[in-house]
Amino acid sequence: MIELLRRVLRSPQGALGLVLVGLILLVVIMGPWIAPYDPESLAPLQRYKPPSALFWLGTDQYGRDILSRLLHGARATVVMAVFATALGTLAGAVIGTISAFLGGRSDEAIMRTVDAVMAIPSLLLALLIVNLLGKSSWNALLAIAIAFTPGMARVTRSVALAVRKQDYVNAAIARGESARFIVWREMLPNVVAPIIVEMTIRVAFAVMLFATLSFLGLGAQPPASEWGLMVAEARRFMHLSPWMILWPSLAVAFVAIGFNLLGDGLRDALNPRT
Amino acid sequence: MSPAYILKRIVLVGYTLLVVSLIVFAITQILPADAAVMMLGENATTEALSALRAKMGLDASIWAQYGHWLAGVLRGDFGVSMRTGQPVGPVMIEALGRSLLLALFSIVLMLVLALPLGIIAAVRRGRIADLLVSVISYIGVSLPEFVTATLVVLVLADWLQWLPATGYVPLTENPLQGLRHLVLPVLTISVILIAHVSRMVRSELVDVLHTDYVRAARLKGLPKRTVLYKHALRNALLPTITIVALDVGYLLGGVIVVEEIFALPGIGRQLIVAIQSRDLPSIQAGALIMAATYAIASFLADIAYARLDRRIQYD
Repeated sequence: MIELLRRVLRSPQGALGLVLVGLILLVVIMGPWIAPYDPESLAPLQRYKPPSALFWLGTDQYGRDILSRLLHGARATVVMAVFATALGTLAGAVIGTISAFLGGRSDEAIMRTVDAVMAIPSLLLALLIVNLLGKSSWNALLAIAIAFTPGMARVTRSVALAVRKQDYVNAAIARGESARFIVWREMLPNVVAPIIVEMTIRVAFAVMLFATLSFLGLGAQPPASEWGLMVAEARRFMHLSPWMILWPSLAVAFVAIGFNLLGDGLRDALNPRT
Repeated sequence: MSPAYILKRIVLVGYTLLVVSLIVFAITQILPADAAVMMLGENATTEALSALRAKMGLDASIWAQYGHWLAGVLRGDFGVSMRTGQPVGPVMIEALGRSLLLALFSIVLMLVLALPLGIIAAVRRGRIADLLVSVISYIGVSLPEFVTATLVVLVLADWLQWLPATGYVPLTENPLQGLRHLVLPVLTISVILIAHVSRMVRSELVDVLHTDYVRAARLKGLPKRTVLYKHALRNALLPTITIVALDVGYLLGGVIVVEEIFALPGIGRQLIVAIQSRDLPSIQAGALIMAATYAIASFLADIAYARLDRRIQYD
C-alpha cells in the first residue's frame, strides 16, 4: 500500500491528482464547518453581489452566499457520485466475474447482452431510469449505478478471464469448492486492483453525470446546493451576474479533473509496463 | 474479412436492438403508473379509463403489448404521440437528421484539431508542447457539456456578442444564419471529443514510434517525415477508429444536453420534452433510434477496422 502510494506520487499527474482529491475530501468532510454563512439563509438586500471581502464568491438571486453553498454542496455532489460509482462497480464486478467464471456459451450470452445494454448512452439510460423512479438525488444515484454496471462488467470480465487461468483457481476447482466460493473468495479479491483504477476514473464521469442530471432537473431538487442544480438555477441570471454560474461550473470541473488525474496516476502505478 | 464475419456482426446488431427494445419498453411501459390515468387524470371515471385502455391496447398482457409495439416498430410505425397526437416516427427521424448534422460537424472539427494535437504531443514527447496538450486534454475530458456550454455562451455570445446563444435556423433556409447557430453547440460537443481523441492518438503514436519497424525505417535513413506519416501514423490511427466509434455513445449523450441548452430541435431535445411530458411512445422511439444509431456506428467502425488492418483475421 505504501509502495503503491509512493509510485502514485512519482508521476506528476498522480501526485497532483492525490492532492486535488485530498482537498476535495477535506471539503466534503469539513465543508459545512468552514462555510462562513448558512447556505440557505436568504438575504434580500445582498442579492447578486459580485465577489467581495464579505462574500468571497458573491451571492445568488436570494442573497445566499455562493461559497457557503458550494462547500455544503460538496457532499451532495461528490459523495453521491462516489456511492453511485461504488454501487455500479460492485454490481458490474459480480456480473463480470460470474461471466468469466462460467465461460463458454453463458459467458458469450452475458457479454453480448452487456454490449447491447451499452448501446444505450449512459446519460440516456440514467434519464430513463430517473424518469421511471421519480426525480430525486437517491434515484439519480441508483440510475448512475445501473448505467455504469455494464461497462464495469466488461472491464471486470477481461481481468477475471486472466485470473481464471491461474493455478490457484484450478486448484480450487480440483478441490471441489462451490462456484460461489471460487467467485467470491478466489477470484474477486484478485481482480480488485485494476477495478479500483477504472472506478477512480469513473468517479470523475459520475460527478459529471450526476451534476448533468441535476442540471436537467432530474437529480437533486431545490433548495439543495448540489452544483449541477446551482448551475441550472443560475442560468436565468447569467447576463446579470456571470459568477453565479461560473463558480459551481468550475467546482464540477475541478472535481472531475482531480479524479481523472488520480485515476491515471493509479493506472500508471499499477501497470509495470509504463 | 469473410462474409460470415459481416453476417455475424449484423446478427449482433439485431440482437443489440432486440435487447434495447426490451429494456426501453420495460422501463417506460411496464413499471410506471397507468398510462390511461396519466392521460385522463386522477378523476377520470372507471368506464372512460377502461375504454381508453382498450383503445390503447393496455388491457392486453404485457408480452402482447410488447409484441404489438415491436411489430409496429419493424413496420416503421412507432405509434402516436400522447402529447401532440401526431405519429412519432417521422418527427423523431426528422429530429435525428438535425442531430446527425450536429454530430457530423463535431466529428469533423474533432478530427481537424485532435489529430494534429495528438501527433505534436507524441513527436515532442516530454516537452512543453506535450505538457500543454496534456493539460488541455485533462481539462477537456473533465468538463461536462453543460459547463462547456455555459463557458462558451458566457464568452462568445454574452461577452463578445459574436454568436447567437440559442435557437435554430435550418441550413436550407438561411445557410449563413444556420451555421452561426450551429457554432456554439458544435464547439461544446467537440471539446470532450478533441480532448479524448488527441490523448488516444498521442498514446498510440508513442507506442508505435517505439516499435522495431519504425526504428528500422529510421535506421534505413528515411526522412523523419516519411517515417512519421507513411510508417507510424497509419498504424497509430487504426485504434483511433474504434475510439471514435465508441465516442459516438458519449456524443449522443452529449447531444441531449447540448440541444436542450441551445434550444436545438434535434432528437435529444425531443427526448427531454417527451420525458418531461411522460409521452411514452416518443420516449420509446427516441431511445430506440439513439441506440440504433450507436449500434450501427460501432458496426461500421468494426467493418472499417477489419478492412484497414490486414493483420486481423476474423472468423
